[in-house]
Amino acid sequence: MDKNDNTPKKKFQLKDLFNKPSQPYANPYLGGVLLGLVLFASYFITGNGLGASGGLSRYAAFIEDLIAPGHIDQVPYLIAMAGGQRNPLDSWIVIVTTGVLIGGFTSGIIHGRTKFETHKGPNISKQTRWLFAFLGGILFAYGARLARGCTSGQALSGGATLSAGSWLVMFSIFGGAYALAYFVRRLWN
Amino acid sequence: MIPFPLHLESLLGKPLMYLVFLLIGFLFGYVLEISGFNHSPSLASQFYFKDLRVFKVFFTAIVVGMLLIFGSAAIGLLDYNLIWVNPTYIWSGIVGGLIMGVGFILGGFCPGTSLVALATFKVDGLFFVLGSLVGVFLFGETVDLYRYFFNGSYFGRLTLMDVFKIPTGIVVVLVTLMAVFMLWGGEQLEKIYGKKDPSKAPKARYYGAAVLALVAVSIAIIGQPTTEERWARLEPTRAEALANREMYIHPGELLDTFHDHKLNLMMIDVRSEADYNLFHLLDAVHLPQEEIPSAINELIAMPANTVFVVMGNDETAATEVWKTLTAQAVPNVYILSGGINNWLDTFTTVFEEDFCGKIIEAGDDQLHYEFNAALGSNCPAAYPDHDQYHFEYEKKIKLDLKRAPVGGGCG
Repeated sequence: MDKNDNTPKKKFQLKDLFNKPSQPYANPYLGGVLLGLVLFASYFITGNGLGASGGLSRYAAFIEDLIAPGHIDQVPYLIAMAGGQRNPLDSWIVIVTTGVLIGGFTSGIIHGRTKFETHKGPNISKQTRWLFAFLGGILFAYGARLARGCTSGQALSGGATLSAGSWLVMFSIFGGAYALAYFVRRLWN
Repeated sequence: MIPFPLHLESLLGKPLMYLVFLLIGFLFGYVLEISGFNHSPSLASQFYFKDLRVFKVFFTAIVVGMLLIFGSAAIGLLDYNLIWVNPTYIWSGIVGGLIMGVGFILGGFCPGTSLVALATFKVDGLFFVLGSLVGVFLFGETVDLYRYFFNGSYFGRLTLMDVFKIPTGIVVVLVTLMAVFMLWGGEQLEKIYGKKDPSKAPKARYYGAAVLALVAVSIAIIGQPTTEERWARLEPTRAEALANREMYIHPGELLDTFHDHKLNLMMIDVRSEADYNLFHLLDAVHLPQEEIPSAINELIAMPANTVFVVMGNDETAATEVWKTLTAQAVPNVYILSGGINNWLDTFTTVFEEDFCGKIIEAGDDQLHYEFNAALGSNCPAAYPDHDQYHFEYEKKIKLDLKRAPVGGGCG
């Protein structure tokens, strides 16, 4: 490096990655086309669509298996994933979920959007937001297990492959959310 | 054979297969992030018609994905029968969906988007993911209380085409038009509730919508490959196998297969109901030729160790059914050599001779035996004693890899 340079080059620091100015999100239609391409690539190459709740539930089974291995073998629903010597993480959907984390992180870094923050409506505290995010997570995951898939595995993937049940699930998700939205408007507005 | 989807595990081995899935997941996460799915107020504000960003991404993706899937199926690149289509469970789907909707508006995420929020250090995303782990745990603990509800109202691989009884291409066009209309309507709502000016959005979206509609109409015009077209693709490779009788199994091999517990044997009797009632093999399913097309989805979904054996009175009808099933990508289909007539020639006992035994003159694919009572499977020949018969035959059943996925991304 040239020592006579008047403007000394700033040394790269890890935290700079997280202090970059945030760039705006992509045009939603462009995002949709790209998401459609990824969805298609998944079906075209592997025969399977995208998913998220399946990966989450296997992580949950994995944690349960660490805490209470004996209990797993008594719950029929969990035996299929983690019974006996079975490793609940040995599944393609867990790999996809892990990829989602890495991909989201990478894009966040590149576009200056990976930073510690809480997004919320203007009229509630952070703590309230966290509480409702936690409650929402419980309900969403419970519903996703009951309906055998979430917005990714059912609505998006099943929607594109024209599964009748997936369209039903999709309309139920949006129906449930729109029906309740008015009553909880203080959370977001 | 239709080349895609690939059977990755046999093609690449498990580590490389997982690498492919990691890459797909990576792209999925990356696209969710650039689309703004880690920003919970955006996700929530679609439910107040203020900012329909998420709604737009979502329905655009469904239409683009659908058009590519059915477009590549129409030109014979992708086999729709071999991709995972979520099975339909009506009531658990509706109730689960409504609960998800409640979780969505309270929590501001869905599972995929919460993962991306977590990956980009959004604290609300972290809390949603933690809640999800608890939700999964609670489900595992409680589902046995209502197992019948959870597993009830099951319709298998049911598509919108089956429900509305209209061809695939028409459904594709209708879904595309509906989505474009919803996106247009969404922009109008944004104008009213979100004070957004749609005229500032790039004009390219109109051209995009026109392209989508054009592709949808083209898919409808080309149509999805029929059984005949599928068979025409296979004929160069399978016609020789047919000529060499590679799929015609000796009655003795079928009898041995009865007792092979590693295989899941499914016998398909394609004769008339009258013949079936007179005599059929124990556990043979009656599925006449005209009902075969509607049973394909169910047959494809059978376990990977399933062996299908098709039988007619002779071989003509059974061979046609074999062609249909093979063309429709049902794996491991065989034909009972000589059909039921040959079976009866081989296994008739003294018992049957009292009731039938009488060989009559009959045309091709007609039953050569005359029965004076409808025996069904209530006679020894329907389930011959394995210890009494020993045959020398060329063993033909060998289990092919099942290419269709056995489970989706939600299990």
